[in-house]
Amino acid sequence: MTSETAIHVRGLRKSYGQTPAVDGIDLDISRGEVFALLGPNGAGKTTTVEILEGYRHRDGGTVAVFGQDPASAGRNWRARIGIVLQLTAEPELTVAEMVTMFAGFYPKPRDPGEVIELVGLGGLSARRGRQLSGGQRRRLDVALGIVGRPELLFLDEPTTGFDPEARRQFWELIGHLASEGTTILLTTHYLPEAEALADRVAVLASGKVVALGIPDSLGGRVTQDAQVSWEAPDGRRTLQTATPTKVVTELAAEFSGEVPGLAVTRPSLEDVYLELIGADR
Amino acid sequence: MTATSLSRPSTPPVGEEQPRLPGTWRTGLVRGRLEVRAFFRERQAVAFVFAMPAILLILLGSIFGHEAAAHHVTVGQLFTAGMIAGGIGSTSFQNLGLAIAAERERGTLKRLRGTPLAPAAYFVGKIIQVFVCTIAEVAVLIAVGMAFYHLHLPTSAAKWWTLAWVFVLGTVACSLIGIGISSLGRSATNSFPVITLPFLVLQFISGVYVPFNNVPPWLQHIAAIFPLKWMGQGLRSVFLPAQAATLEPGHAWQHGQTLLALAAWIVGGLVLCLTTFRWRPTGDG
Repeated sequence: MTSETAIHVRGLRKSYGQTPAVDGIDLDISRGEVFALLGPNGAGKTTTVEILEGYRHRDGGTVAVFGQDPASAGRNWRARIGIVLQLTAEPELTVAEMVTMFAGFYPKPRDPGEVIELVGLGGLSARRGRQLSGGQRRRLDVALGIVGRPELLFLDEPTTGFDPEARRQFWELIGHLASEGTTILLTTHYLPEAEALADRVAVLASGKVVALGIPDSLGGRVTQDAQVSWEAPDGRRTLQTATPTKVVTELAAEFSGEVPGLAVTRPSLEDVYLELIGADR
Repeated sequence: MTATSLSRPSTPPVGEEQPRLPGTWRTGLVRGRLEVRAFFRERQAVAFVFAMPAILLILLGSIFGHEAAAHHVTVGQLFTAGMIAGGIGSTSFQNLGLAIAAERERGTLKRLRGTPLAPAAYFVGKIIQVFVCTIAEVAVLIAVGMAFYHLHLPTSAAKWWTLAWVFVLGTVACSLIGIGISSLGRSATNSFPVITLPFLVLQFISGVYVPFNNVPPWLQHIAAIFPLKWMGQGLRSVFLPAQAATLEPGHAWQHGQTLLALAAWIVGGLVLCLTTFRWRPTGDG
């Protein structure tokens, strides 16, 4: 572990009763990295993140976030992390009052007005929590998570319930924070989100990391066998092969020219993902 | 608003002091100001927690207030002194019990726990809110009593001193019990059986809604376990003439016992808070 490591996890375990939620997870996340935990509901994403945030105690394994154990880290450590929680807003306080108050908890906060602008609540500073729509509350959640100028930001299922436009704006905001050097750990069960945002992705299923890598290489996608299929005289034929070019060349010779109905495919990221998490297709 | 106006998060170089966290008192003060503001913006809290005792005092006083309870003592004066005790209980015990249960359920406490805010600053904010609201509550009730029921402000320094310590110890005891009890309900929605109902019963048997000398002795004994009865007795000693002491069960103001009872509840309430306080709802990890 070096000083460039933001999060270091070895053999993390947590059970609820007899049910293991996190079953031996290893993670290394560098400073400045955008890292996604991808997986279906119940895969252990939220439990993992809550242990890293210091909200939940673990049963086993070692965890270090900025070199400290979140279970016992103090206020100075908390000043360096930001947590975006999806919550009901304080009904009687305004957006500006909430963001300004939270800014006051941190040693080097961002300007509250700038943060309100940044999350897209610019015209709504004077609006009270009870008057905010669902989407506006989520923007306030983000504002409260980033106003302390965190070096590490935790986002648990950040865009659940967002419409496509709101999701796109949110992705831009995350890209902006990442470009400033903020380390970001997000969880999502939404594959395109991990693809769009993350430098690296860990796929979780049943409390285990089943794949880890840059989004494009997940599950050895680039090296995986291709499928070649074509219309043979006796019906459609499909062949799994590691050398599709050779197969196509042979086919071209066999048909002396155009191969009828030729298709060469590799599994999509979606296919790989569904296979990894053991979902039925 | 440009992207460049947000500077890069920087890490302090090794060996350099981390930037100082804002002080507990300062953040507590900021929270206190916002807590007071939020309290008075919430119509339900203002109606049920703040205005209710004054409304009940006017109602009960209008119906029974002009009967004489003893020589030179009207029932209206008894009601006012009792209702001040009830008002203190309302803006400390009931207010905190309901508000903290709601904050826990909304996730407010969880969110605060995820920031560098010192837990003590949260409680400093609550203390400020309770004291501001309770002082205002007592002032309103005294004003109602003076306007309608011949209540007089204390005339001697000794009585002001009694008012001060009964007020402070009563508010602290009720606040601590309120914070402690906020953890007992499984959710804010069942705060009625846990907070409002016991408080209502206690007000009936502790001399708030019914003059204490009209409460049956066995209920008086039960009431004497809790702080509200002692607060009412202490306040009657402040606002009623000396001969009204004959209406008390012990035919005396019993300042010593009052002091002991309130102090015991402060210790008990503190233990309750320290052992039961949770930042997250039950069943949430």
